[in-house]
Amino acid sequence: MDWFPLDNLLCMLLGISFTVWFTLLLVFIIVPAIFGVSFGIRRLYMKTLLKIFEWATLRMERGAREKNHQLYKPYSNGIIAKEPTSLEEEIQEVRRSASPRELDANGTPEFDISDILCFCRRGVESIVDDEVTKRFSAEELETWNLLTRSSAHFQHLSLRLTLLWGLGVLVRYGVLLPLRVTLAFTGVGLLVVLTTIVGFLPNRRLKNILSDKVHLMCYRICVRALTAIITYHDRANKPRNGGICVANHTSPIDVIILASDGCYAMVGQVHGGLMGIIQKAMVKACPHIWFERSEVKDRHLVAKRLSDHVKDRGKLPILIFPEGTCINNTSVMMFKKGSFEIGATVYPVAIKYDPRFGDAFWNSSKYGMVTYLLRMMSSWAIVCSVWYLPPMQRQEGEDAVHFANRVKAAIAQQGGLVDLLWDGGLKREKVKDVFKEEQQKLYSRTLVGTHKDRSRS
Amino acid sequence: MIMFFSSPSDVKNNGHRRFFPYCHIILIPRGVSGHESGGITTFFARRFHHVTDHSCAIIMGSGDSTLSKIPNVEELMEETGFSPAHVVRLYERFQALDKSKKGQLSRKDFESIKELATNPIRDRIIGAFFAQGQEMVDFHTFVRILAHFRPVDKNRPKKANMQEPVNSRTSKLRFAFQLYDQDNDGKISRNELLQVLRTMLEMQVTDEQLESIADRTIQEADLDGDNAISFDEFRKSLEKVNIDHKMSIRFLR
Repeated sequence: MDWFPLDNLLCMLLGISFTVWFTLLLVFIIVPAIFGVSFGIRRLYMKTLLKIFEWATLRMERGAREKNHQLYKPYSNGIIAKEPTSLEEEIQEVRRSASPRELDANGTPEFDISDILCFCRRGVESIVDDEVTKRFSAEELETWNLLTRSSAHFQHLSLRLTLLWGLGVLVRYGVLLPLRVTLAFTGVGLLVVLTTIVGFLPNRRLKNILSDKVHLMCYRICVRALTAIITYHDRANKPRNGGICVANHTSPIDVIILASDGCYAMVGQVHGGLMGIIQKAMVKACPHIWFERSEVKDRHLVAKRLSDHVKDRGKLPILIFPEGTCINNTSVMMFKKGSFEIGATVYPVAIKYDPRFGDAFWNSSKYGMVTYLLRMMSSWAIVCSVWYLPPMQRQEGEDAVHFANRVKAAIAQQGGLVDLLWDGGLKREKVKDVFKEEQQKLYSRTLVGTHKDRSRS
Repeated sequence: MIMFFSSPSDVKNNGHRRFFPYCHIILIPRGVSGHESGGITTFFARRFHHVTDHSCAIIMGSGDSTLSKIPNVEELMEETGFSPAHVVRLYERFQALDKSKKGQLSRKDFESIKELATNPIRDRIIGAFFAQGQEMVDFHTFVRILAHFRPVDKNRPKKANMQEPVNSRTSKLRFAFQLYDQDNDGKISRNELLQVLRTMLEMQVTDEQLESIADRTIQEADLDGDNAISFDEFRKSLEKVNIDHKMSIRFLR
């Protein structure tokens, strides 16, 4: 008997709090998403977090100094200082100091017993720290961002810090995660439903306008579902119809980030399950390019479909990630030349994530998709900068590989990333012998070269 | 101190304090070393792992827990002269290379380093890590070999009966000498020199050119006329080269 009034009261309270919460959600998140405006709440959140992180790191340093321990600082640029000189210069330098040599008369390449030193050192340097292996694991942070996942190097945690961390866990998993999951489901659900509805419209122009609006709205909701704080630069260079947009690839979220600011035609393989449903719905509203698994192998077919799409000025620009795999956002790896052979205008875009708030890199060998998304939704925020670079076109007499490298260099420079010639496919494959032969050629050219220089003088 | 968060179901009152219904906080005195507290965490993790996928634990140790994971680390630092920070760094690199988590590196692990694959003398360098007949390299050997490349300590006092330090000029030269002298007989024969030249130049020069280079090199360096280069002759021909600069790897900080 005693339980009834209490029960009633409890129900009422729950009902009220639910309504309030839902209204807040609607007003502060979904309505702005529809209209594309922002209250600036996320940026305020970001600033507050930064202040807390700095405080946390200072306390750790203080703790370390008190105990007279060396605070282990991770290095983002590698653990050894490599020689900036090239192989050729180095060999010549060593030879000059070893022995001033007489001219060789019969034209054979010179060799010095000291040459091996340079190769030896470079080899051991690669063993200790090489450029490629570290691009496929998450970047290390200089300050601790209160996430256990990046705390491998941070010790000396005082009681206050641990409590702060505990509070952080509560906030992230208790408040932010459910909120974000709700938003994600809302966003995806709306996308599927609304694009299907738009797909029924016969009128071409109205259909395009509505489809653009629907796509943008749903992507904006997804952006808020991840608490992504994105800064767009140079929006005047945004990709236009009939062009191809290329960007560096760090995670599947890249798509959401770019698509929430402009409308693109996506390119990809047909998946099954939930992804398949989304893909089918999206293609009803506007023409995306989905390939069957068998078609992917046929390069001519792929190229033809892409170029057909590009020639039609009424269709949206294509979004492609030429690296082919996820890299950890400290470098840009080799671009596959397929999309650069088509001959359309290329709009490069550089995406740089700020790792302090949450590491967006998807290490596909370590985490599956669902685990990855959960990790994303339980970090503080995803903060990134997007730069739209001026459009580029293939010049006369330039081949696709050269053009691809030019675009890659522009993206790397703008995003502050290291420009590497290595293939992202090296994540899983071995290095081709071609590279070894290149080095041998370089060395023998050095030998012959020095001789030729001397004979001329 | 270890904090352990788990989800509702199996909440047992096993003598630890309960601050929240769904959270256990186990207090362990600070004197416990990192190794032991790691063991305790594993103990609890195993008992609670079925409960939730997102439980998390944080260990507060009283110092660097990575260093304590390495056996005989004091000895290693004494022998090689690496600082604790460097040893930790090398340990992480060792673990990153040891993809199958065996605790030791095989030749395959070295061969998977992409940048190393372009080096013509890659196989010889890798061979330097593996002693005669050995198939695996443990962390100590790894660090000892890399210690050859530490910059020379200029201010070391000279003791009469002290062993040659691992990173002295002589040791570095000996390392380079052994890259040439694969059969370890103390001399670089003409054949051995030819082999090295072949791996470094491969298709780029003809066999006759290779042979004439080898002959000329031996002629220049050989002082006692035995048609082979001994270690002393090797050292003499490189006496003007700044070995410390060329055969040292500079660690940042």
